[in-house]
Order: sequence, then structure tokens, then C-alpha cells
Amino acid sequence: MTSAFRNWALSETPSSRRQAAWGNRYRAWLNFKGNPLGMIGLTIIAIFVLMAILAPLLATHNPATQELGNRLAAPSAAHWLGTDELGRDVYTRILYGARVTLGMVIAVVVLVAPLGLAIGCIAGYFGGIVDTILMRITDIFLAFPRLVLALAFVAALKPGVESAVLAIALTAWPPYARMARAETLTVRGSDFIAAYRLTGASSWRIIFRHIAPLCTPSLIVRVTLDMSSIIITAASLGFLGMGAQPPSPEWGAMIATAKRFIFEQWWVPMIPAVAILLVSLAFNFLGDALRDVLDPKGN
Amino acid sequence: MKNRLKSFSAMLSSVILTLFGLTVLTFLIGRVMPVDPVIAAVGDNAPEDVILRVRAEMGLDQPIPVQFLHYLSQLLHGDFGMSVLTKNPVATDIARFFPATFELATAALLLATLVGIPLGVWAAVRQGSFTDQAIRVLCLAGHSVPVFMLSMISLLIFYSALGIAPGPGRQDIIYDGMIPTVTGLMSVDTLLAGDLDAFRDALAHMAQPVIILAYFSMAYIARMTRAFMIDALKGEYVITARAKGLSGLKVVWSHAFPTVAVQLITVLALTYAGLLEGAVVTETVFSWPGIGQYLTTSLMNADMNPVIGSTLLVGLIYVGLNLLADILYRLLDPRVQ
Amino acid sequence: MVSRRNFLIGGAALPFLSYLELADTAFAATPKDILVVAQQLDNMTSLDPHEGFEAVGGEMISNMYQKLVRANNDNPDQVVPVVAASWEADAESKVFTFKLADQTFSSGAAVTAEDVAFSLQRAIKMNKSPAFIINQFGFTADNVEARIVAKDAKTVTLTTEKPTSISFLLFCLSANIGAIVEKKVVMANAVNNDLGNAWLQKNSAGSGAFMLQAWKASESISLQLNPHGPYKGNLKRVIVRHVVDPSSQLLMLQKGDVDIARDLTSEQLRAAQNDKDITLIQKQIASLVLISLNQSNPNLAKPQVWKAVKWALDYEGMQKNIIPLSHVVHQSMEPSGFPGTVKDLPYKRDVEKAKALMAEAGLKDGFEITLDHYAAQPYPDLAQAIQANLGEIGIRVKLQSAENRQVLTKMRGRQHEMALSAWGTDYFDPNSNAEVFCINKDNSENAKNKPFAWRSSFKDDALAAKAEAARDEKDPAKRIALYEALQRDFMENSPFAVMFQTTKTAACRVGVEGFRLGVLSEGNTYLETKKA
Repeated sequence: MTSAFRNWALSETPSSRRQAAWGNRYRAWLNFKGNPLGMIGLTIIAIFVLMAILAPLLATHNPATQELGNRLAAPSAAHWLGTDELGRDVYTRILYGARVTLGMVIAVVVLVAPLGLAIGCIAGYFGGIVDTILMRITDIFLAFPRLVLALAFVAALKPGVESAVLAIALTAWPPYARMARAETLTVRGSDFIAAYRLTGASSWRIIFRHIAPLCTPSLIVRVTLDMSSIIITAASLGFLGMGAQPPSPEWGAMIATAKRFIFEQWWVPMIPAVAILLVSLAFNFLGDALRDVLDPKGN
Repeated sequence: MKNRLKSFSAMLSSVILTLFGLTVLTFLIGRVMPVDPVIAAVGDNAPEDVILRVRAEMGLDQPIPVQFLHYLSQLLHGDFGMSVLTKNPVATDIARFFPATFELATAALLLATLVGIPLGVWAAVRQGSFTDQAIRVLCLAGHSVPVFMLSMISLLIFYSALGIAPGPGRQDIIYDGMIPTVTGLMSVDTLLAGDLDAFRDALAHMAQPVIILAYFSMAYIARMTRAFMIDALKGEYVITARAKGLSGLKVVWSHAFPTVAVQLITVLALTYAGLLEGAVVTETVFSWPGIGQYLTTSLMNADMNPVIGSTLLVGLIYVGLNLLADILYRLLDPRVQ
Repeated sequence: MVSRRNFLIGGAALPFLSYLELADTAFAATPKDILVVAQQLDNMTSLDPHEGFEAVGGEMISNMYQKLVRANNDNPDQVVPVVAASWEADAESKVFTFKLADQTFSSGAAVTAEDVAFSLQRAIKMNKSPAFIINQFGFTADNVEARIVAKDAKTVTLTTEKPTSISFLLFCLSANIGAIVEKKVVMANAVNNDLGNAWLQKNSAGSGAFMLQAWKASESISLQLNPHGPYKGNLKRVIVRHVVDPSSQLLMLQKGDVDIARDLTSEQLRAAQNDKDITLIQKQIASLVLISLNQSNPNLAKPQVWKAVKWALDYEGMQKNIIPLSHVVHQSMEPSGFPGTVKDLPYKRDVEKAKALMAEAGLKDGFEITLDHYAAQPYPDLAQAIQANLGEIGIRVKLQSAENRQVLTKMRGRQHEMALSAWGTDYFDPNSNAEVFCINKDNSENAKNKPFAWRSSFKDDALAAKAEAARDEKDPAKRIALYEALQRDFMENSPFAVMFQTTKTAACRVGVEGFRLGVLSEGNTYLETKKA
């Protein structure tokens, strides 16, 4: 079965457009598999995603059950990663926290990347007044201190995960737009774009079918490096009471509330910090490997 | 000549537009913040009659458009208003807080650039090798830990346990009030005062926050450099140069690198602007009296004059940097028309 | 290539590092005659004694200025003479005569009756936030010059509108609003008829132990010895550094970069307790942690629900586990350390009783409610414990944390349902809290007075009448007895669950002695502080 697919996909003379496309995808996957860091990243993310999905099965306790008498306990057989400031099981909270944290990151990226890409490409391609208007708006948002904008936005809405996601998205899109515009500017005048124009392709088609894909590599690098800063911004918001609300076990909020124990019960803040470190490193590894694979200019 | 004049005026108008947009937005934020700015001025337990009077004194009982026009006309006269919290004119406060952040951010950017770019280039040259992977892990780790954890751990190790670095603050207490403020940059002022011990002390105090900030931003610079360089090294001119038998180092630095330098300018500009405002957390942990602390403290108390003032400043610098990047981009990159 | 670059980097880094290492030898302990304090200074707004109205500024002010009398930290029933040497009331209890002691301003000039009269008049005329503490005796900008008079160089008389309990008057005059400023210096710096307000915000003109050298917002406050003042120790300066992070404060204390750390929380205190180089000075201060139930919510308006909440809370569990070193369980509306405070703790966790009360209120199935609380620790931890406690009796609490000014704004606008907040007392008299908790006469939206009770729409005329009777009682012993009864009544019949009283701790390095903490921040004094 697998080998049949392999032969079919890698055929030197694909008989259909579909077969060719699968061929490219399969080659990309093979390429990716050869990148050890990328595979490590993918594995870690897969593990965390599984943990998030299977949290109710894997958990040893209820994430909200408090046991004030057993506060800040060290890791033991009963509590594999110890307990937090209210005596809740840290291991369980890490599992459930994976849902919140990963969910937030994904939500932000899904909101931000396409928006930034679209605005940047449109501005770069059309130039002139469109460019001016879009870039002025981008500049205003970009020039705005991130935390101020996010804080004000969340304050105006109700503090919580959804507001935090929107607020982070609101502050995160402009760099993508700038990046995409810069990339678009470099290719706008190139021969192949001119060729497409001659074939009578519409501007929108050129932008979204031909220019946008060219911007994707830088976008991916940016997104992956942004993943961790999204988690960290979410943590800062949580720290200021504007992010995930207690008793939500969001990792950033867990660090923020536990950072005061760093002298004596250092594991309490360190465990969610390690979780964040692992996941964002994994995202970074993965994204970086993907870049090598997906870069259309490189292939 | 005429063309240049035209593009100059276009640039100017775009800057003014951006700043105006910033002002409007910040002003509106002040109105939607669910914090009563009067409380900061009069104290948490102030009686009702004082609150009403001060609200009127601050002009906050007027309709919002009137308040905005009033603020704008003040601004156009170069008056940023007073800070309720510090009881100083905002301009005076900024003149004191900004240099502290500027010093931190500039030093951090320099360090991040000096380390990040060579690392990125090196990683690109050795693409896929162990070196490349090691650099990658090193950089990404710095970008994956919350800065406050890094700052606290650093204080714990280098200040508390090992005792090789000074604690929070910009200078040791024995120099308090002894260095006349000229530029507001402690490292420069101590030199101007001719006090080498104080200079050394200032540098030592900068070391930890600068290294942490630099480490945090280095990741982005190094990764972008690597990405650009890998593309550049595949370029025709590089292949030609190699074919001519030029040495590896020379090809990398004098042929490939200049082509990515232009793209890197944007990266650096973005990083720098990020550093200026992103120093908030570091400033808090290291008790660094900078613009980030000023901005957040004011914002939390809905003291909006300082918030607008510092937002405009950060915004202006940001716009300036971008403009510069844009101009250089157009001047240096032959592919951009 | 690799080795060369490594070599270069290493070569560049080495001298830099060794340079810093050299710098390290220059870091010594703080100089003997300078006391360095780490403290959070971000809420401070004014150092004008007749304007400043928050804890940190209040402390600075009381180290720079003297009042006619001050509260006695060890015996709350008495006041200690300072600028006043003696005082007496007339038969009607309306005219009060003060004879002055010999005190000297930092300029070297003697403190005269004219300065005293000017200072009190100034407080009334400027009418800033704390002015109500003394204008409740009937002083207004128009009549104050006639009612507060310098009779001769050493005699001042105050004439109150109505007969007044002298202990009430004295306690009010011990607040910072009663600080004595030097008339000549202040008026020389007045601009636009501001009575020197703008100048005094950033300068000092008092007769206290220290004078203001510099206030750099968000950075530091430097106090300099007043050579003519009452301070007798070996300090020449006190430098208070703004350090936000309590962990950083502890590190600096342990390293000897500061002599006193002022904002350590339970977590750091646990570490500090075991450090033999650190001594802890603790004081229960006039700051209460309480839950307010807004009466505009129909469920919360039921007296059975008030009681159910009070019986559902695990006071002891929270105190012992979350805030063992920073708070004690306390259930009266008056803080310990004040005259006449009741220390009974009638409420403890009793889920069955609380459930029965809920059933009695017709809310067997409970209800949903939002609890607003401060974002700063320990409030989020407490809020979550409260959430769990109330959950057991069917009250499903949604938590909403926000920066404290935001919570205050919300409460002032009566927008909260339940709120967990702190209340700091304004001046050293039981009336200070009794008034805000009990006397709400106009519960309308545009009331002229909006005391703490108003914010939760709590109006109880009987309670208000008792509070007024206690305030106006002229016999000190009877007055105390009335306040004790009032506190018990309030515990029983109010929608406020007072839970804890704050304990402040100043962590000092060994060798630093004599720093005192007061029940109110204006009792925090460096007057007797010495450094070995």
C-alpha cells in the first residue's frame, strides 16, 4: 500500500496534474523527514496536541480541585509534578493548560497570518494610493506600543481568553503586512509577473495565486518565531489580569502566578516555563524545517 | 530636484498622518479605559466633592470631542500637558525616562546585531551541519523563555549566588546624585563627569538587562540573516564569484552579504522598535526607570497625558526608522524600482 | 575560520568581563550614614502634606513634618504631644486651646502659632482629598480664619461648629492633614494663589526629622537630615529606591544593597525568616480585606445570603495556607490597633449552616454571580479559594480580576456584584471606618456623599444613627463602648464580610535598628532608626 503510493507519487512521468501535485508533496515530506530538528519539533508538538486532546484520560486529578493543606508540594507519587499555590495538581493543569495555550496560539495565527499577508501583498502590488492608505494604517498600528494597544483593547472588552486572542491578533498583524509588502515590492517588477499580466490574469489572481505564495516562506519563519512571543504576550496579559482568567490553567498565567515561588518552590513556575520552552522550541524547529521544504524559490 | 521635493513632502505628510492617527487612537483609548483618571490624581479614598471638582479642573466633564480639540491645540503649541502621577510636565518626565530606555535598547541592539548577524551568516554557510543546528538551538532557546523568567534567573545566579554582577538599578547608591545629568545616558554622563569608577559601575549595571534583551532579539536577527543568506548564496553573482576562484570568506562577506544587508535593515528597524517598547518587563525586574515603566504605570492609572506623549515618541521613532529603512531599501536594492 | 572567530569573540569578551569583575570590588555595603530602602513607590502622587492621600506619600510626609499631636503606636487610646505641649477644651466643648512646644523648622526658624494657624487654614482653603478629616468640624474656606486663630506666639485656638469630643478632634489632628508647614517659606513659593501647592509637591518646609532632597518619580526619593529637627541618630540621608518586584527587593536585601525591604510578600518572608542577617519588624496595619455584596442585586440583598456567605468562608484555611505572614483573620470593620476594636471572630467555616441559610433565603439551588478582585497577589489566590468555598453552598462565582484602580472605578460606579477588595483607614479614629461603612444617608445615584457603603447600595438608618451617636459621644470611655456595640451589630447585619487584616513587614538587615511601623502609614517613622 505505502510502497504503491510511493511509486505512484514519485513517478517520473506523472499522468495527471493530481499525481504531480502529490508527487511534490511526497518529495517535500521526504525532504522534511531528513531534517532531524524538524522531526523533533513535529514529534513534540504531536505529543502536546495529543496530551491536550486526551487530557481527561491522562489526568490524575481534577484540574480545579483545591487542597489548601497540600500547597506547593514537591513532585511525588501522588502528584507527579507537585502541586500549585492552591494545592492543585500541576501535572493535570499542564495537560488542560495545553488546550488553552495551544488553542490561543492557533487562533491568533489563523487570524493574523492571512490578514497580514493579504494587506501586505495588495499594498505592495497596487502601489499608489492603495499602498499609501494601507501602509498608513499599518504604520499606525505598528508604531503603537503593543502592550498598550492590547491592554486597552482587553480592558474595553471583558478580560478572558477570547479578548486576549483578539487583542494579540490586533497587535500582531502589522509586521506580517510590512514583510509581505517588502517581498511583493521585490517581485512586482519581475518578468514572470509581467508575463502573467500579459496573459490577462486579473490583479487579484496574480496577487493571491502568484505573489502571495512567494511571500509565504518569510511568513512562515515569522509565524514560527512569533508563536513563542504570542504565548509570552498572552502570559503578560494574564499577568496583568487581562488574559486567561483563573482558574483557567493557561501556562503563561501559571508562570505569572507562580513566579513568586522561584526562590523556594522553584519547580512550580519552572514546570509551565519548561512546557512553554518545549512547545515554542518545537514550533520553531518545525517552522524552520518547513521553510527549507516549502520555499518555492529554493526549489 | 523637483521630484525629490515632491517625495519629501509626501513623506512628511505621511509621517504627520501616522502621528495624527496615533494621537486619535491613544486619546480614544484613554476614554475607553475603565479606570477613572481622577482617582489617580486624588487618591483611592477621596470624598465625592473633591472628585467632582478635580474632574472639572481636568476638563474631563466636557464632551469628548471638545476634550480632544483642546488637547490637540495644546499639542500643537508643543505642550504635552502634565502628568497627574509625577506632577511634572510630560516633556520633562520623558526627557528623564527616555534616555534610560534608549541606552538599554541601543546597547542591546548593537550586541544582538554584532552577535546575531555573524551567527546567522555562519549558520547559512554551514547549512545543515552540526554548527547550523547548534546555532539554531542556541538562538531559539533565547526566544522561547519569557523574559521575566530569564531576568529573574539571571539575577538569582549572577547577582545573588555568584555575586559577579550588580543588582537592579542604573547605578550604585554611592553615586546617587553625584553624576550631573547631561545626556541622561548614564554611560555617557559618567564619562563626561570624568568619573571612571562610576562609568564602570554604569556599564556593570547595564550588562545583565542588555545581554538578556540582546539574547532575546538575537534569535530573530540571526534567523532572518540565515534565511536571507541561504537565498543569496544561491544567487548567480555568488556562483560566478566562486567560479572566479575567490576565497569562501570573501565571497560570503563581500558578495553575498551586501545583497542581504538591505533586507536586514528592515529586520533591524523592526527589532529596534520592538526593543524600545519591549523593555517593559526587563525594566520592571531590573528597576530601570525607563519609558516602558512610565508608560505602563501611567496607563494603569489612566493618566493619559504621559501615555499619549510616550506613545507619540515611540511612534515617531518607529516611523523614522521605517522611513529610513524604506529609503535605504529603495536606494540600495536594484530590484525595487 | 571557526577557531579564529571564536578566538576573536573570546578575546573581545575577556577584557570586558574582567573589567566588570573589577567593578564588583567597588560594590560595598551601603555607606554607614545613608539608609537605603527598597519600596514600591508607583502610587505616590504628592508630597504636599495637605494634599497627599495615599500610603507611601503619607509615610514620607510624616517623616518631614510634625503635627500638633501624633497617634501612639503602642497605646491606641492616647495621643502623644509633638508641636502642641498641652491642650484644653472649654466647658461647651467647642473652643480648644493649644499651647505650643519648642520645635524648629528645617530653615532654623522656630515653629510659631502663626505657622500652625496658617497650616490648618491652608488645608481647609486648598480643600484637597484629605481636607474632610478636619473640615468635618465645620471649618470652611470662609470661616476658617476666624475659627482657627493664633492668640499669641505660642497659643492657638480652634473653634468647632458643634460640641466635639476632644479625643475625636485630637485623633483627626494627628493625621497628615494637620501637618505644620513654615508659612514664610511656603508663601514665598506660591504661584497663582496656590498657597505654594505646586512647590510643596516636590519640596519640603517642615519641622520633622528629615527634609526632601529629591523626588524622582519611579526611581527614588531622597530624604536629607533636618539639622534642626528631632532626629538624634547617625543617619545623614535616607534613600528610598523604587523596586517593584518583591523578589528583587529580597535579593537586594540579602546582598546588602539595601538596608530595609518594605514590600516582601509571604513567599519572600518565608525565606527571610530563616536568614540570620535579616530581622523582621511586623505591625498589623489599618487595612482590611473584605468582600462587598452589592445590594442592587436581588439575591445579594437577602440578609440570609449575607450570613450564608460569612459562614461559608474558610477564613482560617485561607490565612494559614495562602497568607500566613501577611494577614491575620479579622472580622470587625475596625482594624486592630485602633481604640475600641472588637477582636471577636464569630464566623468560621460551617457549610451546613450556610446551606441552611441559603435554603431559608429561598435559594436552595444557589445562583450565579461575578466576583471582581485585584489582579495583584494574594487577591487572585484568595478569590479562587472563595470561589471554591462559595461553590459548596451553591453560589457559582465567576472571577474577574483587574488592576486595582479598575476595580475601584467599577465599585465607585456601583457596577460590581461581589467585590473582593482592600479598605485602608483614613485617620486614626474609629469614626473613620464607622462613617464609611455605616453612614449612608442618601442612596441615590447623585448623592453628595458616596461612602463605601453607598458603593454597594447599603443603607441602614438604624446603623447610621448608632454610628453618629458614637462619634458625638464626649465621654471617651462611653464612646469606646458605643463603638464596640456598633462593630458587633455590623458583623451581624451588613453585606460586608470582613475577612483579614493586613500585617506589614519591614525586613531589615542586622545592624539597622529602630525603624517603626505604624497602624497607619503615617506612623512609619525613621525618627529612631540607627545604623551600626
